[in-house]
Amino acid sequence: MIPASFSYRRAESLDDALRWLAEDPQGSKLVAGGHSLLPLMKMRLAAPRRLIDIARVSELIGIREQSGAIVIGAGTVHRDLAGHPDVRQKLPALAEAAGKIGDLQVRNRGTIGGSLSHADPSADLPAALMALAATVDIAGPAGERSLAVEEMMVAPLVTGLAPDEVLVRVRVPIPAAGSRSVYLKHPHPASGYALAGVAVAVTLEPAGAVTAARVAVTGAGVVPFRATDAETVLIGDRLTPARIAEAAKAAAAAGEFAGDALMSAEYRRQLCRVYVERAISALVD
Amino acid sequence: MSKLVGTPVKRREDARLITGHGNFTDDVRLPGQAYAEILRSPHAHARILSIDTTAAQAMPGVVKVYTGQDLAGRVGTVPTAWIPPASDLKQVPHAVLAVETVRYVGDGVAMVVADDPYIARDALDRIVVEYQTLPAVTDQREAMAEGAPQLHADAPGNVALHWTVGNDTDEVFAQAEVVVRQEFRQQRLIPNPMEPRAATAQYLSATDELTVWLTTQNPHIHRLLLSGILGIPEHRLRVIAVDVGGGFGSKIACYPDEVLVAYAARDLNRPVKWTEDRREHFMATTHGRDHYEEVELAGSRDGVLQGIRVKSYANMGAYLSTAGPGVPTILFGLIVNGAYRMPVASSEVFGVFTNTTPTDAYRGAGRPEATYIIERMVDLFAQTIGQDPLEVRRRNLLRADEFPYTNPFGLAYDSGNYHAALDQALTMVDYPAFRQEQAALRAQGQYVGIGFSTYVEMCGLGPSQVAGAVGFQGGLWESATVRVHPSGKVQVFTGASPHGQGEETTFSQLVADQLGIPIDDVDIVHGDTARVAMGWGTYGSRTMVVGGAAISTAVDRVIEKARRIAAHMLEVSPEDVVFEDGVFHPEGVLDRQATFAEVTIQAYLAWNLPQGVEPSLEASAYYDPTNFTYPFGTHIAQVSVDADTGEVRVTKYVAVDDCGPVVNPMIVEGQVHGGIVQGIGQALYEGAVYDDDGQLVTGSFMDYTMPRARFFPQIETAHTVTPSPHNPIGVKGVGETGTIASTPAVVNAVMDALSGFGIQHLDMPLTPEKVWRAMQQVQDEQ
Ligand SMILES: Cc1cc2nc3c(=O)[nH]c(=O)nc-3n(C[C@H](O)[C@H](O)[C@H](O)COP(=O)(O)OP(=O)(O)OC[C@H]3O[C@@H](n4cnc5c(N)ncnc54)[C@H](O)[C@@H]3O)c2cc1C
Repeated sequence: MIPASFSYRRAESLDDALRWLAEDPQGSKLVAGGHSLLPLMKMRLAAPRRLIDIARVSELIGIREQSGAIVIGAGTVHRDLAGHPDVRQKLPALAEAAGKIGDLQVRNRGTIGGSLSHADPSADLPAALMALAATVDIAGPAGERSLAVEEMMVAPLVTGLAPDEVLVRVRVPIPAAGSRSVYLKHPHPASGYALAGVAVAVTLEPAGAVTAARVAVTGAGVVPFRATDAETVLIGDRLTPARIAEAAKAAAAAGEFAGDALMSAEYRRQLCRVYVERAISALVD
Repeated sequence: MSKLVGTPVKRREDARLITGHGNFTDDVRLPGQAYAEILRSPHAHARILSIDTTAAQAMPGVVKVYTGQDLAGRVGTVPTAWIPPASDLKQVPHAVLAVETVRYVGDGVAMVVADDPYIARDALDRIVVEYQTLPAVTDQREAMAEGAPQLHADAPGNVALHWTVGNDTDEVFAQAEVVVRQEFRQQRLIPNPMEPRAATAQYLSATDELTVWLTTQNPHIHRLLLSGILGIPEHRLRVIAVDVGGGFGSKIACYPDEVLVAYAARDLNRPVKWTEDRREHFMATTHGRDHYEEVELAGSRDGVLQGIRVKSYANMGAYLSTAGPGVPTILFGLIVNGAYRMPVASSEVFGVFTNTTPTDAYRGAGRPEATYIIERMVDLFAQTIGQDPLEVRRRNLLRADEFPYTNPFGLAYDSGNYHAALDQALTMVDYPAFRQEQAALRAQGQYVGIGFSTYVEMCGLGPSQVAGAVGFQGGLWESATVRVHPSGKVQVFTGASPHGQGEETTFSQLVADQLGIPIDDVDIVHGDTARVAMGWGTYGSRTMVVGGAAISTAVDRVIEKARRIAAHMLEVSPEDVVFEDGVFHPEGVLDRQATFAEVTIQAYLAWNLPQGVEPSLEASAYYDPTNFTYPFGTHIAQVSVDADTGEVRVTKYVAVDDCGPVVNPMIVEGQVHGGIVQGIGQALYEGAVYDDDGQLVTGSFMDYTMPRARFFPQIETAHTVTPSPHNPIGVKGVGETGTIASTPAVVNAVMDALSGFGIQHLDMPLTPEKVWRAMQQVQDEQ
């Protein structure tokens, strides 16, 4: 498992990274945790001429609260995300998703920015971030812009990022009072990635009526997706098992599933239905 | 002195292994060493039209590029070493690099040797091979069909061998009240030891000697094969395998890769190293299992088994691997009646060439396949006649007073107490309570099941005469040399080749006890053809059984010589001297004694040896067993099935094994645990999948599900002890029992859980989707 030859530079600042990227956007790759990029390079599925290491750019690392949102630097590793008290308390789905990624070694190195920029269709974080209505800030030669996480996930391994752009931070609005969220994962027995990863965020009135709901699914479908039909079913009176089952059906009906030599589309749809149902059920008392 | 045998002595090899001080083939670093990489076919079946190596050869740092054409006439082909009698086996040529045709994804096409591994890898990308792809076939039944792509001109219909064995079953089957029929698919598995394969070779022109460090389970067999293939006299070849990180059978075979490395080291007069990566391992290291079986079981309506007939189609892959042909025939066909009394039985086996990685031994090798079908058939039979599977087992399991029992194929089961093992296992589960709970849960739409496997297997391979009779091109005895140094320290040279099993510990336990000396005074030397005169290696759960017996015999010989010297020192006759706890003394007299160390030094000083006794203290033994050994036991699995997802969880697992006396309970437990999860891997998770073009879809750990610790409950183990009457230690072998027993136990449990759905049988692996679909189909039909 030997990659093709490449050169390597370590950026000290976001500015370094942007400048160096601009010199050869097609031939360069940012590397953060390296846990998605390096395997591709070793299998020679990727062969960048130059790696720009952003893992130690301090302005990209850290979690803070700012104007009603939790703001997470792109270089923040999964382990810090999973263990952060504010994230655990205010964004439980996100902490749970981060805590269920791979194993401890992976969580110690892999970053939220790397995960979103790599866009593996079975990655855990996209579902949690979609359910929590997160957006990303992207820096490029022309300045900064923002995208919803849904707009980042274009297709498997294809994102809304241009080759000369850097994902800088993720913003997650702090949910209103009475909100709950959960992430439920059915790992692939071999890879440990999500075969079905379901994040649900709801806002409940004291009596149990649902005023807001977001459901997102990763792993099962061709790309991580929001199940907006399921959300519509959920909004309304206090949730009943029947309505939860109906929402799960709606999610399964809305997703786009594809089969391969090891698993059929039909079964992936079934997993989606079952895990949406179980995830929502986990949120109601 | 306290006895070590029977106690959980900590593994002596672990300190070096877990602190990174092991000495594996890839750790060998020689001055001036070059690195090899092998270009492998991306096609399952293709004609090679041309190979252009000029660009690769021109790269700075590339030493030499070899193709099949370059080696033709210089390097022989790789033979199989197991030719079952009367099987019309086709010994098709297996070139070390493909010359005209590639026959599986991973078949070697060229080798680059370069100054460093990076250059070698880059150079692979510069070799241009023009292929004309041919239709491929990966399934053995399709390969036998008319019009299928043909792999070898010499093997029409792709039939590599056709072998039958057994007695006449027609009458019994014609008259039987009940005949149960079932087809089974036992899927292909991919062995994955922690250490992938590697070879490092060094040629010394001064002495014309070639040394090959190799990941092997049997260095002497490799030396013999390398000698023949390379035309190098055996005494100028040395094969070393110090630490080997597991094999599970996949390091028995002689592979083209190591032949190439050895050849290049001599050709270039420069050390050459090659280490496969995990992706290469998946496609180019032998696979295991891969059968179809058509099975018939005859019995009476009240539950007496009368006979079994098996017709099997075994996938041999593209070429015949070293032990490949023996696995689905001898190691499978002779024991399909399992642990049950049965007057008639027969096996018919087709070995078939396909465009897949060659198959060979994989932990259990043939016996898991045999055990799976008989244990599944017993359950199906019980279901058919409406009896509890436990009752059918009780009725038909051989009784303790029936041993030695000669099965319909002529195997003489050595000793056993199958009912005792079953009884013991039943004390570890509450069977009636489980059945009640099962019924209660079923009423709530929850599905749990229980499965039994009351297995027997044949191992401790084996009597050399039998090896010859069944076409194995070697002996199966084992050697031991016990050398006592003047200071009383002992080196034991064994022809067995442990590669993770822990015999540096268990052999030392034996020797320390027998000589009455501390374990630290004993070292076990193995895995080097220059240090160990001869040996047949480690596989077939033979190491303690055959290698241990050789050691024990050699130690006895040392003691006999020492006794004569001691008698001389004590001025009594040898017959009057007893040896106890490391001390010689006249029978009944304890105040006149000579310690083992005192005798040893006298043996070397030789100042005053008895007449006719030569100096030094050393003995060798070449132990050839008179029979196989037959470990047995009962495994019980409990499972639950998630009705929504089809996911199976093993909730409880009980294993009672009888491997004779347990030399080291901790090591035995480790073998049992590892074996069980490997067997459950086949039942629930693993399976190589090829697509229609012959590409290996499950080519990495991302999609080939190796079982993980978190998949399993705590395994509960226990033992009964029935010594084998025909080896000096009484041991029966425990390296493979777990794998052999667990697969059917778990599949039987899942089928039991699904019995309410009227599902008779599902083929492995019982993946969530397969189980879910089966339940779904029944629900749709209702
Ligand atoms: C054994 C193993 C198990 C895993 N299991 C899981 C799992 O269960 N669930 C899961 O979700 N993931 C899993 N992963 C993936 C892991 O989460 C990765 O760490 C993550 O997907 C990528 O993060 P990274 O920092 O390592 O990115 P890198 O590998 O460094 O980069 C990935 C890609 O993103 C680009 N990139 C990185 N940072 C930025 C940025 N700031 N701006 C723009 N582009 C950027 C890189 O150029 C590259 O193309 C696993 C990985 C391994 C090795």
